[in-house]
This record gives sequence, structure tokens and C-alpha cells, in this order.
Amino acid sequence: MNKTANYLSANFDVIKPDSVDEYVKQGGYNSLKKAISMTPEAVISEVKKAKLLGRGGAGYPAGSKWEHLLEVEEEPKYIVCNGDEGEPGTFKDKILLEKNPLGVIEGMTIAGYVFKAKAGYIYIRGEYRAIQKEIFEKALEDARAKGYLGKNICGTGFDYDIHIMTGAGAYVCGENSALLNSIEGKSGRPRIKPPHLAEVGLFLMPTLVNNVESFANIPLILELGGENYLNIGTNESGGTKLVCLSGHIKNKGVYEVPFGVTLREIIYDEEMGGGLADNRKLKFFHMGGQSGPIGVENQLDTPYCYRELRNNGLSVGSGAIVVADDSISIIDYLIQVTEFFIHESCGKCTPCREGNTRILEILKRFANKEASPEDMDNLNNLINLLTEASFCGLGRAATIALKSGLKLFKNEFEAGLKK
Amino acid sequence: MNQNNMNSEQVRKITEMYSQVLSIINKYGKSKEQLLAILLDIQEISGTSSVDLAWAEIVAKELDIPVSKVSEVLSFYAMFSTKERGKHVIEVCNSSPCRLNGSDDILNLFEKELNINVGETTEDKVFTLIKTSCIGACDISPAAKIGDKFYGNLNLEKIKQIIKEYRGDHCE
Repeated sequence: MNKTANYLSANFDVIKPDSVDEYVKQGGYNSLKKAISMTPEAVISEVKKAKLLGRGGAGYPAGSKWEHLLEVEEEPKYIVCNGDEGEPGTFKDKILLEKNPLGVIEGMTIAGYVFKAKAGYIYIRGEYRAIQKEIFEKALEDARAKGYLGKNICGTGFDYDIHIMTGAGAYVCGENSALLNSIEGKSGRPRIKPPHLAEVGLFLMPTLVNNVESFANIPLILELGGENYLNIGTNESGGTKLVCLSGHIKNKGVYEVPFGVTLREIIYDEEMGGGLADNRKLKFFHMGGQSGPIGVENQLDTPYCYRELRNNGLSVGSGAIVVADDSISIIDYLIQVTEFFIHESCGKCTPCREGNTRILEILKRFANKEASPEDMDNLNNLINLLTEASFCGLGRAATIALKSGLKLFKNEFEAGLKK
Repeated sequence: MNQNNMNSEQVRKITEMYSQVLSIINKYGKSKEQLLAILLDIQEISGTSSVDLAWAEIVAKELDIPVSKVSEVLSFYAMFSTKERGKHVIEVCNSSPCRLNGSDDILNLFEKELNINVGETTEDKVFTLIKTSCIGACDISPAAKIGDKFYGNLNLEKIKQIIKEYRGDHCE
């Protein structure tokens, strides 16, 4: 098995990213044409066979999501692409928007055809405005000019267009319901669920929300066929994943890997991470974003796929792997993580808004070696409180890193107790 | 904006800004859903990296939405400021991938070079220095963002260069 893959990244730096002509020369838009010759059910069946798990972070099976929406009768339906990539250490959607925008656009167009949607929206985080203006908007315009968007697409009578929505700096908008509120021009606070977004979504209509990378995979699935796509990865995680290496790593960057390579290969292989910078010793790695778990040396041989990582207390999440060497204390690192969540909490619910602040106070006492045994109990209580009682995924996941850090580096916490 | 105490230059500036604000709103077809994009564009041309509440009122009126809603949006999203800032806002990434690569030191260097603390604006109103959550430039960490532009692998030399570049731009 190859350790790196070249599917989503096949067009990277090969074609002018916003040129439909060059995209078509590489086989682009064949998948849309194929989809149009198929029934919506047949397209979804391929997505299901491919076992595409949502690439935004939650890893929800895309095929089931699509199937659910198809069963909903109400119209119009909306297609939404979540490009609010905000998980620290994650920059793979940026690369896709910059280097393969037409793959994302084709994926969204296939979804539009499947659900007979008239409009799709892509929400691009405000931080990526340069890419939006200089590349993505041009790619959309060219797709319109060449008849792949707009009226009567490919002469089939299918009318569909994609609109760009801009974010303005709010991590919580990456949560799908908050994202829909933001597209409606409101503050991006999450909605209560149920109802599911497939029933009551954008403008209260049935809506499909998928991540940028998920949409970019759709043309590949149709091109290869669901089963062949699945076979690139493992038997439950189909296809490839864009992983983002950052922190104390030699070769920071985005790498496309087939599911099934090990973490050790991703971090240490010369064609990927190349090991730690300055050949320092690995202390831990933080997976899937700030809301993901922390892992250590003895977990390095875990295959990178949804099930194996989960069984080992880790997760794919957004695809981020932040690597840290032994120069940083776990408590200092967790202080950084907690500061992030304090900044990004939308303030809607008390557990998340207040809980993270209390956690920071306690962690600072550990850092100053002034913590009491009671602080340790309170830390565990706060972890449970946030996990159980927060309104949305942001709060519920905010203490995952802390929980794993406490377990893996118990000695460092004990050293923070007041003597 | 007290109209009684304005000189003709101020009146000219405000009139010009007013017509620019209107043209931004029209560019987005007065679409309520494009509120964020409209406000970002207004902030960009403000010269003070901020959205004055007077402009927010105009946006509210043109889009036919309550001012309170516009104001809420301005306070919710991190990229907006209703307080005047420098012409250029230097946003130093403060998330862990950058912090592992020394972004705290980078922030200190910016503070020293600009002679301000984080959150403050230089006396000549060219720069405001702030911290920001991950900007997705982890491959070139430690990184910072000014407007839509990214600057990575920062060190003292690069910081000096950036400041010089933008100060020069300001003098033109």
C-alpha cells in the first residue's frame, strides 16, 4: 500500500485551479455527467458503498445523511458547503479551495442534481477572503460561463447555482446549525436539535450540510465507483484523508493519505512529517483539532482510520495532527487549548461559557504548583459538566484534550499540587 | 458625527464614505443574507479598520433590518470592531500550532517594535496589534495576518520588514 495518495490532490499545482477547460482536460466534470445519467438513488448508493465519513470532524456517514434528505419531501432543498475551517492546526480545506476549487464545486453540483436543489451555498471563513476573491470566485464564474452552473446545466434542464457566503471570525460557526444561522446573516449561535437540518435547515427548508473535503470526494466516488473508492482505504473508512501536520514537526503541511497508514508513518516518514524538528523527542500529538484527544508514543502504531483511532482513544476529527516535543509542559499546552475555547465560546450556555473559565483558573494553579487536591476533583467535575450539559458540540468537546492529558500525564498534574 | 462642528474636509470625507457604503450595499443587491460580507467590505474601506455605528445604521436602514441586529452581528464576530483601530490590523495567531513555534515571542517582538501593547494602536494610527485564533497558516507558523495577507515563519527581521513595508505604504 502506498503511504501517500494522489486523488484529492491530483490537480494540485498541475492545473490552473480556476480554469474549467484545464479541469475538464484532467477528466473534471465527467462525474457530474455520469451523475446526471443516473437516478438520485443510484448516486447515493455509490456514496454509501464508498463509506465516505464526513470530513469536517464528526465523521458522520455521508451516505446516510444524503439518504435521509432524499426521503424528505418538502422543497426547495438547499446544499450547503461548510468551509468555516477553524479547528486550530487544520488548513486542508484552505488548500482544497485554493488548489482544487472545481472539485468542490463539482461535488456541490452533483449534490444539487441529486436533491433537485436550485441553490447551493458555500460558507468560506473570513480569514480565507484572499483565496475566495482571487481563486474561488473566478472558478465559480468560469463554471457558469462554461455551462456547468446556472440555467440548463449540460443541456439537461437542471438549473442550479452556487453562492459564496463569507464568515467573519467565529469558530462556533463550524457547527452546522450555527453556520446556517450565519448564512442567514445572523449571529452564528447553534440551534437546538431536533429538528434535524435535513428537515429544518437553511431558511427553515431541508438542507444538506457537508464539509469542503467531503464534497471534493464526491466526484472521485462517482469516477471510481463506490467500491473502488472504499478499497483505497480500510473496510470501514473509505478513500483518503488530507492530514495537516503542524507544531514541532520537520515538514509542516497537508498530506493526502489512504486510510490505514499508521500515525508513525505520517509523523516520521520523510515524504510526510519527516519526524520532529531538530530531532527532538516526541512528547505528545494532538489529533483532530483543539477539540480532539491527545496521544503519546505508544499509540503511534495505530492505523489512521476512524475505527482504529476511536478504539485507541484517538480520533480523525478535522485531520489535524499537532505534534509537540518534550520542551512544553502538558499543563501549559492545555492552558493554550482552554484559552482558545474561552475565546471561541459563543456564550449561549453556562457550562461552556463559565466552565472553561474555571478550568483555566484551576490549570493556572497547577502551572504555579499551587493546586489543591480539591482542584483535581473540580477539574474532573468540570469535564463531566461540560461534556454532559453544554448546548452544542463546541462545549461538549472542549474538554476532550484535557481529559486525555490528565490520564496520560498524571505525574505532571501531581507535580502541580501544593506541597 | 456632530454635523455642527464639521469642516468642509470632514463633510467631504463623510459624503464620500456614505456613497461608498451605499455602493457596497448595492453591490450585494441589498441582500440581508450578505450582511457579514457588506460589513467586512465597509470595515475594509473605513481607513480605521472599524465599522462606525453610524454606518451600521445606514446598513440596517438599507437592508430593512433592526439596528440592534446589525450591532449584535458586529459584536459577535471576532473580525469586526466598532472601535476605531489602526489603518492596518496586525493579527498574530495565538492558537497552539503557532504557540508551539514561538508565537508568544513574536507577539512580544511586535509589541517592542511598535512600542505598544497587544490590543493597542500606534500613535500614528497605522497599526493595531491583536491576537487571533488559528488563521489556518500552521504550515508557516508562527504566522500573522494583515488584512487578507498572510505572513509566516516570522522572526525579528521579517517583523521589521513588514512594519517598514506598511509604514511606507501609508506615507504614499
